[in-house]
Amino acid sequence: MNRQAYSGVPRWIYALAVLAALVVVLPLFAMVARVNWASFLPLVTSESALSALGLSLRTSVASTVLCIVLGVPLALVLARGRFPLQGLLRSLVLLPLVLPPVVGGIALLYTFGRQGLLGRTLEFLGLQIAFSTTAVVLAQTFVALPFLVVSLEGALRTGGERYEAVAATLGASPGRVFRRVTLPLVLPGLASGAVLSFARSLGEFGATLTFAGSLQGVTRTLPLEIYLQRETDPDAAVALSLVLVAVAVAVVALAYRRPSGGALQTSTQRTTTAAAPGGNVA
Amino acid sequence: MKKGQKLAALLLAFLVAAPLAACGGGQATGNGGGTLTVLAAASLKASFTELAKTFETQHPGTTVTLSFAGSADLAGQINQGAPADVFASADTRNMEKLQEAGLVDGEPQVFATNTLAIAVPPGNTAGIRSFADLSKPGIRLVQCAKQVPCGAAAAAIEQKTGTDLAPVSEENSVTDVLGKVISGEADAGLVYITDVRSAAGQVEGVPFPEAASAVNSYPAAVLSNSRNSADARAFLNLLTSPEGQQVLAAAGFGSGRN
Repeated sequence: MNRQAYSGVPRWIYALAVLAALVVVLPLFAMVARVNWASFLPLVTSESALSALGLSLRTSVASTVLCIVLGVPLALVLARGRFPLQGLLRSLVLLPLVLPPVVGGIALLYTFGRQGLLGRTLEFLGLQIAFSTTAVVLAQTFVALPFLVVSLEGALRTGGERYEAVAATLGASPGRVFRRVTLPLVLPGLASGAVLSFARSLGEFGATLTFAGSLQGVTRTLPLEIYLQRETDPDAAVALSLVLVAVAVAVVALAYRRPSGGALQTSTQRTTTAAAPGGNVA
Repeated sequence: MKKGQKLAALLLAFLVAAPLAACGGGQATGNGGGTLTVLAAASLKASFTELAKTFETQHPGTTVTLSFAGSADLAGQINQGAPADVFASADTRNMEKLQEAGLVDGEPQVFATNTLAIAVPPGNTAGIRSFADLSKPGIRLVQCAKQVPCGAAAAAIEQKTGTDLAPVSEENSVTDVLGKVISGEADAGLVYITDVRSAAGQVEGVPFPEAASAVNSYPAAVLSNSRNSADARAFLNLLTSPEGQQVLAAAGFGSGRN
């Protein structure tokens, strides 16, 4: 009763909160106000725009799958494993969250590029990564993987190990415990992590531009197409930006919807755990 | 609704004003203080930095502030009201855009020209000798996208010579093309002669005669909202003076006055 009557937020906090919301909302509003609606449809359905959107969606799906395949084991090892330098590994894996994407692109270039660490070996095997769609997927996976790992590790830690321990004492093998107990428990966390990875992949720009290049249908994703159109046709750039905003809004809505409270729970878990390793990095 | 709008406008004013006030100490007042703001195409960086020093020596008390970016970016900034006195573009198209918007004071003067050249990594491992070599199979060619001046020039040459180039990447700026040649990712890149000159040691240049058919003109003009148009005009005069032309020629630019 007492709790309901008391709202512990001073009035001036509201003023600053409104300002904070405006910082995010006002630029978006300004952009929408600039959309040339008469030519909107032809602009977003042009051949180059559709090609860029298609490439963006395809590569983002591919890198999300890659993030799940690689990120789930990594999160599990970070949450449940006990080994030396575990904290250091976590900090390193989360680095792409705080690195400027261009730096990521340069790092990828010196790894998979022709003159890079693995370049000679890859060329010997007949694989050319730079300037290919594979390079786009690699760049996106590099920047998106931490999102999945953070979400999932948070869910794993909050979920605790009690059920797993019980299943093990009842005779379940580690593999069976993972499939029947661990995975179902953290599924909401995994889902929101995957959605965030997809969103991050969709918005990837700097690493792609530096590492993969820009060619229609091969490496020119929607953000790169927007950047290029801006040179000559600001209307097209604004129209395509709006498409990207619409996709992003849909993705955020999907990640934060709360049908039964499950997704909400994992999103709060994510916030708390994201803060802790972030502090490690800094 | 109206009240909300008023509040939004007030907050917007605060958002805009706060950072401006914060850095106001470093900003020039613009009127009579003897500051000349020059917005110039990225390819002019080395020569304009030198010419700005010359100008400051010739005009004691005047400080030249330089800002370099892609011509389209700069034209966009001027369109949005960026305070500047001189605009030097790498193509006539962006200058014409500003003229149409009534933002240019007087006639722009062409003070330099630039010609395309092929840049290859040291050693020229792919053995590029001519423009036609660029269309050989297996050559990893990087060029500018047709939307930017260097790409438009490349497309013009392609059309005139009937060559069909298949680049592995079409970059947004000539510096991005150069970067991919320097890093060894590309076998060849179509850049400007001035880029080959500035990256000497990191790339080798292969000039080709066909480049003469698509020469880019660099116009400069005084902007109509300039608060220091006297100095701005003097700067334009320096660009076309023998002294200015000498600095530009050293960077690889062609003469503006043909």
